[in-house]
Amino acid sequence: MRCKGMTLLKMPLFVWATLVTQVLLILSLPVITVALVMISFDRTFGTGFFNPGAGGQVVMWQHLFWIFGHPEVYILILPAMGIVSEILATFAKKPLFGYTVMVYSSCAIGFLGFAVWAHHMFTTGLGPWATALFSAATMLIAVPTGVKIFNWISTLWGGQIRFTTASLYAISFVAMFTLGGLSGIMHSSPVIDTQHQASYFVVAHFHYVLYGGAVMGLFGGIFYWYPKVTGRLMNETMGKLQFWLYMIGFNLTFFPMHFLGLDGMPRRIYTYAGDQNWNFWNFLATMGAYMTAVGGALFFINMFSSLKFGQKASDDPWDGRTLEWSIPSPPPEYNFAKLPEVSHLDDWWHKKYTHDGKRLAPPKQPIVDLSSIHMPNQSFWPILLALGITGIATGFVVPANGVIIALVGVAMTVTSTYGWAYEEP
Amino acid sequence: MSEAAHAHHTTTGVENRKFAMWVLIASECFLFGTLIANYLVNKGRSISGPTPQQIYEIDITTLSTFDLLMSSVAMVLALHYCKEKDLRKFQFWTFMVVLGGVIFLGFQYHEFSTFVLKNGLGLSTNIFGSSFYLLTGCHGAHVTVGVLWMTSILLTSLIKGQEWFNSEIVEVAGLYWHFVDVVWIIIFTVVYLFVYV
Repeated sequence: MRCKGMTLLKMPLFVWATLVTQVLLILSLPVITVALVMISFDRTFGTGFFNPGAGGQVVMWQHLFWIFGHPEVYILILPAMGIVSEILATFAKKPLFGYTVMVYSSCAIGFLGFAVWAHHMFTTGLGPWATALFSAATMLIAVPTGVKIFNWISTLWGGQIRFTTASLYAISFVAMFTLGGLSGIMHSSPVIDTQHQASYFVVAHFHYVLYGGAVMGLFGGIFYWYPKVTGRLMNETMGKLQFWLYMIGFNLTFFPMHFLGLDGMPRRIYTYAGDQNWNFWNFLATMGAYMTAVGGALFFINMFSSLKFGQKASDDPWDGRTLEWSIPSPPPEYNFAKLPEVSHLDDWWHKKYTHDGKRLAPPKQPIVDLSSIHMPNQSFWPILLALGITGIATGFVVPANGVIIALVGVAMTVTSTYGWAYEEP
Repeated sequence: MSEAAHAHHTTTGVENRKFAMWVLIASECFLFGTLIANYLVNKGRSISGPTPQQIYEIDITTLSTFDLLMSSVAMVLALHYCKEKDLRKFQFWTFMVVLGGVIFLGFQYHEFSTFVLKNGLGLSTNIFGSSFYLLTGCHGAHVTVGVLWMTSILLTSLIKGQEWFNSEIVEVAGLYWHFVDVVWIIIFTVVYLFVYV
């Protein structure tokens, strides 16, 4: 449901990022579905899709996995990019720089995300044409990503930056993601990639994008929207302490892995000989991991204790820009008592401020007869349907009697589909 | 814009259930695309027989393809008479869709049992067989879902009679049915006809 005036290019960037993510999910999950069915058949029914002894190929698994797996990394990073775009604009008190270009970049990343999977497989011997093509596509996808990084920097440029926990996480996202992006561009060259393949350098790279990037962005999002969801603020002192533990711990753990990888330390092997000069960097990495663990514990303490003891949040604690800050915290079940009408990007901001930044009289909550709000009935069929599908999946994983569990899952799926479809609205 | 879109205003301009079906079809394109690609890669990689050339019965498969195409025609007519609110003809053509689907599944049962019993091609005999059964079996499962769906529509119409002419639901089911049919045309071409190329 979209409110009046909410045209596509007035949607918050987080919504755009989520939309692109959904397209990626819909198109990439069927591929891993087929691959998982094939490997389940190999395990359960004795087929040989991935067994060279029966004419199958292991490389086939790699292809199918990465046709899903590469869009999947964008599925992980795009929502975080959207969150960071919201947070940076809010805490720099500036509109997001190059909003339209950010939208197109997200779409371009989603599109190109399907054309780069084989850069995970340069060393399998794809032949010169495929290697050249996937190498070029990988370099190409760095362009919309780079555009985003410059736009985030420009959003902060000249802004009135407030350093809250949420904005610290968002800013660190930009820095860490840039580092991971740079080592990613190195991997787009097959020559360099062949040197890095299966070494700790790769481990460093993807942790910088998905941990320093995605996870930091998600933490920022939690601190940012927690007051909206629960009506209470998270503890900022504890939050900032956690941030620094994470930031230092993360870099201590993963930066040395660049050196270890270039020095030849292989990934996926749990041990190494003690005389290879790898001990010091590995020791640092371990210490960093302990710091992160303390930070993680702090986060959970903060999250749960703030539920009860956190400072009460106003409806708009961060002086936000988007519509969710116009309704009470926590939001009522019906969200908006009266559907808002949108005339600008960052519409809530424009309802609070004039063009030259003067504060307008605060908009009032509309008075609506609550009994006139119609809420849809809550149905238990969807959750039963999801359970049925989980049963089918479980059946494929369980070694003995798996088929029986899968059949129960099928029965449950069919029953709840009918229950849902024939339910009175 | 269709009548349905006027009846319920949606932000996409397309009725929500129909939009959801188009999204599912997009997803299914990747599902069948993967299965077909897998078949093409593996059909010639078997270490032992039987091979496609030895066992396909093209005349019988042509008949079953014709049957499935005709059930799509029946689907078009069923939707037409649903919109015309002609109960008897709507029910008749819906029944014909179901019948076409069931006959197709009968052909597939015949094909699979001949392959297994006469030609000795089980699921795990060779990699051509594995890829073939996975692809056509997945398509057969989709036809089965379609048959169940159309049967449910037929039964609902028989029970509710004149008050039930939900052309939105019939149209969504029709989209699904035509898609499954189109996938079969691709499978028929790529799997059965390419043997002669």
